[in-house]
Amino acid sequence: MTRPLLSISNVSKFYGNVIALSEVSLDVYAGQVTCVLGDNGAGKSTLIKILSGVVTLDSGSYRFEDEPVSFSGPREAQDAGIATVFQDLATVPLMSVWRNFFLGNELTLGRGLMSRLDINRAKGIVREEMQKMGIDVRDPNQNVGTLSGGERQAMAIARAVYFGAKVLILDEPTSALGVRQSGIVLRYIVQAREQGKGVVFITHNPHHAFPVGDRFVLLRRGKLMATIEKEQTTIEELTRMMAGGPELEQLAHELSLATRKKSGE
Amino acid sequence: MVEISDTPSVDTTEVGDERLEKLSFVTRMLKKPSLGAVVGTITVFVLFAFFDATPNHLWLTQTGLASWSTTAAFFGIMAVPVGMLMIGGEFDLSTGVMTGATAILMAVLMNNLHWNAWLAVFATLIFAGLIGFINGYVVVRTKLPSFIVTLATFFILRGISIGGVLLVNSGSTQISLTGAHYGGLHSLQVLFGSSFLSSSALPNGYSTAILWFVGVTLIGVWILGRTRFGNWVYAVGGDINAARNIGVPVQRTKISLFMGTSFAAALVGIISFAQSSSAVSEQGVGYEFYYIIAAVVGGCLLNGGYGSVFGAALGACIIGMAFEGVIYAGWDSSWDFTFLGIILFLAVAVNMYVFVRAQKARH
Repeated sequence: MTRPLLSISNVSKFYGNVIALSEVSLDVYAGQVTCVLGDNGAGKSTLIKILSGVVTLDSGSYRFEDEPVSFSGPREAQDAGIATVFQDLATVPLMSVWRNFFLGNELTLGRGLMSRLDINRAKGIVREEMQKMGIDVRDPNQNVGTLSGGERQAMAIARAVYFGAKVLILDEPTSALGVRQSGIVLRYIVQAREQGKGVVFITHNPHHAFPVGDRFVLLRRGKLMATIEKEQTTIEELTRMMAGGPELEQLAHELSLATRKKSGE
Repeated sequence: MVEISDTPSVDTTEVGDERLEKLSFVTRMLKKPSLGAVVGTITVFVLFAFFDATPNHLWLTQTGLASWSTTAAFFGIMAVPVGMLMIGGEFDLSTGVMTGATAILMAVLMNNLHWNAWLAVFATLIFAGLIGFINGYVVVRTKLPSFIVTLATFFILRGISIGGVLLVNSGSTQISLTGAHYGGLHSLQVLFGSSFLSSSALPNGYSTAILWFVGVTLIGVWILGRTRFGNWVYAVGGDINAARNIGVPVQRTKISLFMGTSFAAALVGIISFAQSSSAVSEQGVGYEFYYIIAAVVGGCLLNGGYGSVFGAALGACIIGMAFEGVIYAGWDSSWDFTFLGIILFLAVAVNMYVFVRAQKARH
């Protein structure tokens, strides 16, 4: 197997005396989707914050393209080629699509005091990039707040891809979406993978992770539970492991008892 | 399929999209945040043309124009940066007292310390920049509401501009320049405190403050709509976390906005000092609300992220017309407060309508 594009090993993060993440390792390969699965409080957010440069790790190592790295902010990680699409999508609802797309990376014309936004070029690029995602932006002037959830997610992904991401980190991109919109987003994930991006897909929904993932990293209470290749598992097993097998079996047992009791009356 | 190339070949011309309805002028206007201010300005202008009680109906002559636009200029130079600050999601309550503090600082430096006028201007601008920086720095560092931080600045400055002046000016809070022996005073007055376009119809001409007002408005419109910084202003006001995550220098943007209002306040202070060759402690106190009113009438949201600098400038024009129009109509001047209150209320109602449309309507 080729060497990983991005790799963290034995990473820990503490907030005061709370251990948010303990000895977690993760490899991301180009052209593959690495899914990070875990329930609430499993440490997914902390992991994403470390990968995206929002926080620094307390112990362990972080390597990107075979070099040890330490980012002082998301901007630095982004410049290196690690783009994160946060759950809030980092879009500003009251701003137009083209302003959002180039926010923080504005295209400008002229120098010094005459430096100004290249509005026409920005609008053209936005239309073109969104078209590639299969979304027709009728009017790049429309506010992002008027886009649907899926379209907004697509815009955030298109933006990350356009600005040269090698690794694309997606934080729960499907959690707030309906079935059809989730399907669209999953398709973008596959598209990004086929372009050779290393995709990190963070989710708590194994039904979304399984169809697109190549490798599954399971987190639980800040610890790495397992790293499983797709061939070695099934969706049922994944679901069971994620929820914590015995607990789920206990729950199923209780539920069946309750149903039986009710039907017996 | 998504492809990346370093130099995307993009058609830079605006291509018409056949699925886009051709928006009529009215529909386009109904989407502008400055709509309330446009309607308000026209209404107030027509209203006072109607109630004008002066012989010869001066409201509709150059005399009327010169009087309200001068008053509007003093509000407008401030309303523009205050509007930008509000779009950036912050408030500045120290703006009013800053216009007075900078005027009195000019007066102290020139009258009591015998500085050259331009040296005094330089020092005043540094002082203003410093106050703006402190306001901004404290707000972004402590994450306290800017309302509170600048309220503190307001009281501190108010105290200093009285107490400090009493100390250096032997017990009087008014400083007037007398005589002509002040270095640089003449050129200062030409630039900040003179008039232009005087004619037989208008012997005193228009105040240069109007030119400054127009200049500040144009700069504000340019910055907000056409520059990277303008993009950042909307972003930090609209969603500060999103802005931070995408790499917008949030702190620098906010601090710059606070410095902008302070510099504008210094400009107003310098203009008013150059015009009258005098300054009084506490002048400008209470005016911060007019600036905020002008910005709100102009379509700036109180919680940031949305608004118009052009609208804020029109808001200042409405205030100027209200102050002067009441005099032309021969009413008691206390009515202009009531009048402003009603205008504020109506303009905000129109703006809410526009804002709600902007939020959800695709067209």
